[in-house]
Amino acid sequence: MSSRLLLKARHHRRDASTSNSRRMKTVGGVTADCGVNFTNTTYLSRGVLSLRKRKLFGQTPAKIMISQNPDLQENADHQIQFILSKQWTLYSVTPLYKFSYGRLQEYSKQLSCVITAQKEKRFMLEDETDLMFKAKFSSFSILKTIGKKQAAVLTEIIQRPQMVDEDEEEEQEGKVVWMGCFCCTCASDFVETVTEDFTCLPLFLVNGPKGFSNIVETWFQQTFDCYFSPLHISPIHLAWMAAIWSGCSMDHYKLATELTFSVPCLPYPLDISYAIHPEDAKALWDSIHSIQGEVKQEEVQLFMDSLYKHFHRHFKIYLSAARLVKVSTSVAFVHSLGKMKIHHAQYLMGVLSLLTELALSKIL
Amino acid sequence: MKRGVIAKKQKQNLPVACSKQTDISTLATNVSQSTQEQKDHKVSSNEETGHSHDPLEEAVNFLRKIKDRTSLKNEVLQKHLSSVEKIAQERGLTPEEIDALLNIALSGKFAEVINTRLLKNLIPISAITEDSVVSAVSWLCVGKCSRSTQDEKLCPFVCHVLCLLTRRENVKHFRVRRLLDLRAKMGSEAPLQALLLMYKSFAPAMVTPDLFQSTKIRFKNSENLWKTAISNIRQRIYGISSTSLPVLAGSVLFQPPKKKWSAKLTMPMCNTNSACSAESAKAKCHPEFFPVQHLQTFPQLLQNIHCLELPTQIGSVLGNRLLLHYINCVRDDVVYQRMYFWLGQTFREECPWIKIENQQCELEFKDFLGKVLEAECFLQEGFSSCEEFLYRSLPFWDGCCCRSQVLQLITWIPLSTFSEMKPYLCKPLTQLFFTSSLYFKCSVLESLRELLLNWLNWHFLQADMTTDLNADVLDTTLSGLVSSVAELIHFVGWLSTLALHLENNSAFLMHFILEFYEIVCDTYQKYNLPLVVMPPAGVFYPALLSMDSVTVDHLCHIMFRYRTNLIAAKQNQQAKKTLLQFKFSNQTCQEYNQYITSMVGCLWTSNVFQKDFHPQGIYMEPEVLEKTMVQEYRKALNIVYHPALTGYAVLFMQQAQSEDKIPDIKLIQGKRWDWYLEYLYSQELQGLKLFIESSIKRVSQPSQTKPNN
Repeated sequence: MSSRLLLKARHHRRDASTSNSRRMKTVGGVTADCGVNFTNTTYLSRGVLSLRKRKLFGQTPAKIMISQNPDLQENADHQIQFILSKQWTLYSVTPLYKFSYGRLQEYSKQLSCVITAQKEKRFMLEDETDLMFKAKFSSFSILKTIGKKQAAVLTEIIQRPQMVDEDEEEEQEGKVVWMGCFCCTCASDFVETVTEDFTCLPLFLVNGPKGFSNIVETWFQQTFDCYFSPLHISPIHLAWMAAIWSGCSMDHYKLATELTFSVPCLPYPLDISYAIHPEDAKALWDSIHSIQGEVKQEEVQLFMDSLYKHFHRHFKIYLSAARLVKVSTSVAFVHSLGKMKIHHAQYLMGVLSLLTELALSKIL
Repeated sequence: MKRGVIAKKQKQNLPVACSKQTDISTLATNVSQSTQEQKDHKVSSNEETGHSHDPLEEAVNFLRKIKDRTSLKNEVLQKHLSSVEKIAQERGLTPEEIDALLNIALSGKFAEVINTRLLKNLIPISAITEDSVVSAVSWLCVGKCSRSTQDEKLCPFVCHVLCLLTRRENVKHFRVRRLLDLRAKMGSEAPLQALLLMYKSFAPAMVTPDLFQSTKIRFKNSENLWKTAISNIRQRIYGISSTSLPVLAGSVLFQPPKKKWSAKLTMPMCNTNSACSAESAKAKCHPEFFPVQHLQTFPQLLQNIHCLELPTQIGSVLGNRLLLHYINCVRDDVVYQRMYFWLGQTFREECPWIKIENQQCELEFKDFLGKVLEAECFLQEGFSSCEEFLYRSLPFWDGCCCRSQVLQLITWIPLSTFSEMKPYLCKPLTQLFFTSSLYFKCSVLESLRELLLNWLNWHFLQADMTTDLNADVLDTTLSGLVSSVAELIHFVGWLSTLALHLENNSAFLMHFILEFYEIVCDTYQKYNLPLVVMPPAGVFYPALLSMDSVTVDHLCHIMFRYRTNLIAAKQNQQAKKTLLQFKFSNQTCQEYNQYITSMVGCLWTSNVFQKDFHPQGIYMEPEVLEKTMVQEYRKALNIVYHPALTGYAVLFMQQAQSEDKIPDIKLIQGKRWDWYLEYLYSQELQGLKLFIESSIKRVSQPSQTKPNN
């Protein structure tokens, strides 16, 4: 196993690097049955008790199940391609109130108006056409768990070309300037039990300028009474991802497995990057990991500890004292600030369902 | 062209609600000329004073008769104009005078300067007649007066009036277009903007605003000079201070959002421009639906309760009493679910002690919590998300940040299994409790007391509502509830015992503890809960042996209530009247009897050291007592010698004996004992009185009635 030490002092947002330290560390796991005979009387606090899941207050789950066959439908290559190899910013979203798949057209029209009005700073009429910006909603059915009703929703913002050709023989295609994707790719009790007034698409991926994100976010919040919050990822969850992805087998590895740590309590920001040969990482994980399709917390812990020990032997630095902020593998790349990039189509659904669970744990 | 637009607009809108013609005109009058109270008799008396040789009347007559387009430099004209001005500013104008002058000014027979001067001085004493308004509008429609008056000066007012007049069915495409045209010409003036936003609230789909958060959606009180003049006159005539002048009705309508919390979170205020697009389809099916933004009064709520739609952002309900009334009536779980999602996420994202980056926003968060609490108090029930927020955030709470709000949130935790909430609520709270100041301890006890009170009230109301209905369900429900309440009481008992140790039996702390037991002792009779829990010895004995008469008195009252409750329970049980076959444990009765024995021993028979049977009591072996060398230890504790009461005894003896003698409390015996007792009762020791009268039989044996097992 070879390791490299890259000590890089970076301009690092201190506030961001410390922000997660006191956050609850939870992920969707076992749902505890309250089993109390009188909590289900509706008079005390209506409507919500049925939603209550005490899992929040526990620790990270002792184990999670990994579905071996990603429920990805065939012949969806071109649709998947656009999710791959793009950097997405992650948000978690509370269930959308009164969202209807049947009215995507209508939403497209409204959002187009809102965006154009905002960008051009003017009032708009309902039936105005030829807008500068067009929003397009579409149902993105490949990104859904088989057998589940909630398909992903793709939102694109298309800008009309600035220069219109004199000869109008051919309508010029606009440029997609912003993309957002609401999805829910994991089987969760909560998603199943949410009442029909709500649509639960907890994970929101965004690619594009912040300005558009803000407009879309506000429009969604005002229209569907939902709440967007940036999905930051804690070191514990990053470690889980590092372990799980290290174990993914691949024909050829494009990238090294790289973990980036941020060193706390220094007068200047300091990041340590720890790169491991992917095959070494896989070998290590395989030697630890026992049951197929199931990952235990002790295994993840052991995996990380082994890496730390190795690093300490060479560089006399305890990485466990630093904060894991970034994980990059051949499967995907994730940053604690909620940035993500998926490299490999085969693991698309796996990565997304992990992230969906995280997003769910944030809104429940 | 421009003038045409406005004139036409006004014309189009007036006949819309023909049936309410008078309403509208009075409304318009009130609105455009400020709200006025009718004080007719005073006005008429005022008229009399300046009746005979009124320079104003002359002036009006002159102005009325004078030829069109008289030169400005005409001296007579100038004279009359200034007399109008002077009189108007001094005493105001009667409705008739206003009508006359208004007609003159709007007829356009003078130059604009004169018209403006006249209009500026239309200061009413009382009301403005409907006729004046109608004729003014008619004048405007014929367009005789100058453009600038019409366009620039009147635009804000016209918009304001239209805002108040417009109803859903008036919002039409062509009007929107007109307004947009006008806006294009005049720029985005605030009044126009407001009118458009108003249109939007009726027909969300028709207009798209260019701003989500319009900063100024308020009609300015631009006519300040005019208003000051009016208030000056009122002050002169009626002596009303100008501050009591009611504000323009419209400025209440469009309160701007108070503040932005952070860039992300728009403060939950009722938003005139909320894009309720999702509802637009629905709105088309039910054209009568009433936009919540226009909901202002309770009668309005009652009239429209069937066609009201909640705002698209549920958070705006929090600060709105009327909507809280509404959600209290609608038995719709969806409302609570929306609240659950929204509140939960807001707490998570904005809490200053969970997220370090929010530390700057403590004040805002405090306000927000205040708002949530207000809503909870109003609804008399807690939101589940608040409960979860507490459980999630208490472990990180420093006990300072938003202290009173957090402690109040605790009081609204919905009733649920206590054992379940114990690790989340009690553990962090206990840690803070033992490491914080006396005052913090007291406030925690206070909020736990209120929590208990809220639970008992909930139970009481619930029991009231479901009599006979599914008694089976009720039975299991009740047993769960009883054990939860009991656990809460035990927890507080444990906290109190330790706190009294830590704080050296502070009387202040004791007060809060006894306040808690003041509720506990009455659970059976007052709240109909088959439960009686005695205080732990760690609370009882420090209270009994306290140096404070207030504490002893309080304890006496509590023990009296315990007695009443136990006797009632026993009677009900014997008569099998209890809804539940609930059995008071023998242990409770035993404990009560032990306590009562030592109380009687301590306050009456002086034999507490010999007769106290409580395992944690103050029984002492006779040999040990001998060793203390205290003479007459047999008399050591009773109402005379109890440390909390010796003060009274001394005062009593001072009054009884002649002044030069040193008061000797040993003399309080026999007849004096009874007098002394009367004296104590007269010193507001009501608890002691109730206790002694109920628990001590004085005739035969000085013993106590026990609710025997």
